[in-house]
Amino acid sequence: MNAALESPLTGRAAELKQVFRWMLTARLLEDKLAGLYRAGKIYGGVYRSKGQEAVSAAIGHHLKPGDVFAPLIRDTAGRLAFGESMYDVLRTYLGSVKGPMRGRDGNVHRGDLGRRLLPMISHLGAMLAVVTGTLVARRMKGETGMVGATCIGDGGTSTGAFHEGLNLAAVEKAPVVVLVVNNQYAYSTPTSRQFACRDLIDRAEGYGVAGHSLDGTDFAASEAVIGEAVRRARNGEGPQMVVASLLRLTGHAEHDDATYVDDALRAAHCGRDCLDAASQMLITSGILASDQQDRLKAEIASQIERAASEVLREPAPDAATELWTSFHSVPSDTW
Amino acid sequence: MSITYLEAIRAAQAHALAVDPRVFIYGQDVGDFGGAFKATKNLAKEFPGRVLDSPISEDAMIGMAIGAAIEGMRPIIEMQFADFSTVGLNQIVNHAATFYWRNGRPCPITVRLPSGGTPGGGPFHSQSLEAIYAHYPGLVVMTPATVEDAYMMLLQAVALDDPVIFCEHKFLYYHLKADALPQETLPFGKARVVRPGRHATVVAYSAMVHEALEVAQSFAQEGFEIEVVDLRTIKPIDTDTVLGSVARTGRLLCVGEAWPWGGVTAEVIARAATDGFELLDAPPVRINARDTPIPYHPNLWAAHRPAAPAIADALRKLLRV
Repeated sequence: MNAALESPLTGRAAELKQVFRWMLTARLLEDKLAGLYRAGKIYGGVYRSKGQEAVSAAIGHHLKPGDVFAPLIRDTAGRLAFGESMYDVLRTYLGSVKGPMRGRDGNVHRGDLGRRLLPMISHLGAMLAVVTGTLVARRMKGETGMVGATCIGDGGTSTGAFHEGLNLAAVEKAPVVVLVVNNQYAYSTPTSRQFACRDLIDRAEGYGVAGHSLDGTDFAASEAVIGEAVRRARNGEGPQMVVASLLRLTGHAEHDDATYVDDALRAAHCGRDCLDAASQMLITSGILASDQQDRLKAEIASQIERAASEVLREPAPDAATELWTSFHSVPSDTW
Repeated sequence: MSITYLEAIRAAQAHALAVDPRVFIYGQDVGDFGGAFKATKNLAKEFPGRVLDSPISEDAMIGMAIGAAIEGMRPIIEMQFADFSTVGLNQIVNHAATFYWRNGRPCPITVRLPSGGTPGGGPFHSQSLEAIYAHYPGLVVMTPATVEDAYMMLLQAVALDDPVIFCEHKFLYYHLKADALPQETLPFGKARVVRPGRHATVVAYSAMVHEALEVAQSFAQEGFEIEVVDLRTIKPIDTDTVLGSVARTGRLLCVGEAWPWGGVTAEVIARAATDGFELLDAPPVRINARDTPIPYHPNLWAAHRPAAPAIADALRKLLRV
């Protein structure tokens, strides 16, 4: 039994306040990004994580410095919790040359290798094997106690890369947490066209890994279950697959109005907003009162405003001064 | 002492494992079994924990290598056949190859591709895929033609910070022998003039170098001195050496075992035509395999791939112009 799930919330007040902070920051930051997108300031798409902030914040929160994290497209909260700066988020979206990808890649394709925050490639499922590789390498070097994590959606679990990656992680008994967020849709594709098994958690047994089911709209449960999964991975129990159920509360991207989402799902339990639910839970448990939350919201919003206005004034990359080379060891223009 | 091309590859891996603790080998059957072609024979025993059997998961194998490289290791991934590398294509071309440009840090993986045709290999055990990988920016592609190059270039591949696709030719594995392993070689990326000449240049790589040499030797008896250039690495291509040779001879033939649309021969001819047009005394010529999958039956296979007779025919026409 998960002891954390059973204990009263007040015993975990500090943890829950921290997770809530990351959720709130992600929501407000993405509100800002959506506004900038509508104002025509952002090139390409904007991918929000509305409805998924709790699970993402929980995984980012439970990873420690020295762990490795390969987030995916709806992990603003997790990335912030893991240590990404909101400046890096804004810079990558706004195309500032000062951003981590220097304009060479954009939006969610960003990371910080020095922090072991791996920049994703678009091909879903690919990052799992990479995370496993980092862990296997460190184990070869005699390191112990580290954990890796990657996030993926219901759609992403259909790829060959996901299958190969999870199987290989299991064969290597890698200390990796795979957070599968079933948000009911892959772009416009409902789960009925994505998989035929009863529940994605059934696959855990098939791969030979531990499985944890989770109501992803419940931020306290997310903090507890994901914390447990990370703990067990770190304890040498092999890969941990967490399947969190919730509903994507936004379009696939800001250009998508998601009219295809089933109203029944919107009205169901999985359709509730984890941030609203968390806010309520913190008020009723006495952990964070309404006025405290308002102050927190104002503080974060002001940080975001300041950062955005600064980044908006930063220079874009200059094609004339770019080093147009894809090799490290071969001179420019040699191909 | 006589050492085969395959043994040179094994010796290079043994040397890399011995001198560099960052190196490890991952592939199907490479462990105790020693590999499908025995390229890792005894290495698992000699270097415990560093020569590991992988599941049949080319995508995850490459992904795993990329992760290991992120942590400072120098993985060598053995694809059982070049033909299966396409299952791992995405991680190679979209991840490893883009890593330096996107992230500012190189991805030092080496992917060994047993390439090229052998009698009875058929469509999925015979391919030469160097052009596919060369097309994507960010990958070094090596095509060693000699025992000495198989050894030295594999060591260079591991030492290079960029991802390397190492196309070793299966037909040369047991047929090609040398007396000793070298201690030094040409710098990375340089082509070699294997046989100097005056009347025409044949640019080749991998197994075709030997076909070209066979033709050059027979033409010498008729008084024609054919210069043979071994590209050695086809990404980057040593254009200077190729143009230098064309400057001497004025006639260019490029031969490759891969399919005719695009590819190394097209790239070489394009460069000669654009950068060395005034050097040419005749239209340049390309010889490739036929534009079909590679046949299984040796009768068909022999007619599918370019070899000495086709090179000789084309040279004769080229010299008459």
